[in-house]
Amino acid sequence: MRWLRYGPDAALVECGSPAEMSAVRAAVVAANLPDLIEVVPGARTVLIAARPGSSGLDQARAVAESADPDNGAIGEPREITLDVRYDGDDLELVARTAGVGVDEVIELHTGATYTVAFTGFAPGFGYLTGLPEPLRQSRLDSPRTRVPAGSVGVAGEFTGVYPRSSPGGWRLLGHTDAVLFDSRAERPALLAPGDRVRFRSVR
Amino acid sequence: MSRALEVVTTGPLALVQDLGRPGHAHLGVPPSGALDVPALRLANRLAGNPESAAGIEVLLGGFAVTARASCTVAVTGPPVAVTVDGRPAGSHVPVHLATGQTLTLGRPDTGLRCYLAVSGGIDVEPELGSRSRDVLSGIGPPPLEPGTVLALGAPSGIPDGADTVTAPPYPHELIVPVALGPRDDWFDDAAHQLSAPWTVTSESNRVGLRLDGPALARTATKDGEELPSEGLLTGAIQVPPNGLPVVFLADHPTTGGYPVIAVVLPRALAALAQARPGTTIRFRPYA
Repeated sequence: MRWLRYGPDAALVECGSPAEMSAVRAAVVAANLPDLIEVVPGARTVLIAARPGSSGLDQARAVAESADPDNGAIGEPREITLDVRYDGDDLELVARTAGVGVDEVIELHTGATYTVAFTGFAPGFGYLTGLPEPLRQSRLDSPRTRVPAGSVGVAGEFTGVYPRSSPGGWRLLGHTDAVLFDSRAERPALLAPGDRVRFRSVR
Repeated sequence: MSRALEVVTTGPLALVQDLGRPGHAHLGVPPSGALDVPALRLANRLAGNPESAAGIEVLLGGFAVTARASCTVAVTGPPVAVTVDGRPAGSHVPVHLATGQTLTLGRPDTGLRCYLAVSGGIDVEPELGSRSRDVLSGIGPPPLEPGTVLALGAPSGIPDGADTVTAPPYPHELIVPVALGPRDDWFDDAAHQLSAPWTVTSESNRVGLRLDGPALARTATKDGEELPSEGLLTGAIQVPPNGLPVVFLADHPTTGGYPVIAVVLPRALAALAQARPGTTIRFRPYA
């Protein structure tokens, strides 16, 4: 684990593996340190921002260095199942690239359990890890100018759901009616880092 | 009827802003909030509000409101002509508006963003603990338009005239202190490369300042390498593949996949919020 300075009041913790990242994030969040303002997971990092002039970063460092990389989840992770209509515009492209049939793409995508590794791109957009190898495919050569809200896509090692309509370059497998983000709800984001996610095929 | 303001005209952009909604970056929600935080805090003190009350961030003036109730207002930021029903009233001082009077902001000669605070604060419904409009994710009240009626909260304090200041004009050249890192090792002599004169471009907005200048060169070992997405904070200087840096401001994306070469010290952010296109910026690494 490497601590990189990120301005006067924050540090970027570079981890050796996604598992270590999850463990550091979970431990720091569970410690509930009052002087921390943000704890932001990335693909391999955790960004920790503290109140200026506080000892929050030192406290976070002590917690992070004692985190157990074999225990990324502290407490029971939330489990969320998303119903998906697998009728996405890139379903056949994904099947062709993977060298399998469309039915097998759906089986692969619904057969795995995913973890929300980190978020970004838009409020409520979670980057989900755990994608089966054949579905790990590059982004579209030319991104769409508009991807509808609820679109379920894959890109690289991730799968995810567009919380709202936006431009996007992920290969689209289908669509869910679930509300991914509502800023006025008690839990504004359906998917938060550490949550477990499964997809279920519906017609 | 309840206390309110009615928007008469807006310039290029007028947004409700308070101190933002930090603490939600892990859900992909930017901090947002006033870009020139000291200016909003001062306007609120002058209007008798807590410093955290919501006011209006007015880009390049041209803004007018009519009071639907008696209230105290204050305008801060760059020096700007302020009138009440056409009579000069001044910026950076508490101004009383009687019901029906119209406050007008001219266009500032320097800087970009003026702040209007009103006694009681703008009382739109908060989202995630803030009334700020986030232009990246569309959270918060939409940009103000002629005819928008803004409810006001209950006045809570006494207008503070004691720290009235004369606003200085904003300079054409800024020295901006930065802390190198976290990814300065992706660049050859990051401190030296950053010290070049950078020009603020017109592509800049509340998400970030886009700069033009001599493209920042990566070290040979990092050339073409991809960085897995990592968290971003306000003030982060991110370097996309074209080598032209972006300084992220309050409505920045919460994660990004390009290296951050340095981070602007928080005390320098207010000046960046007022940097017009064409302004020259020199980054100075701070030990």
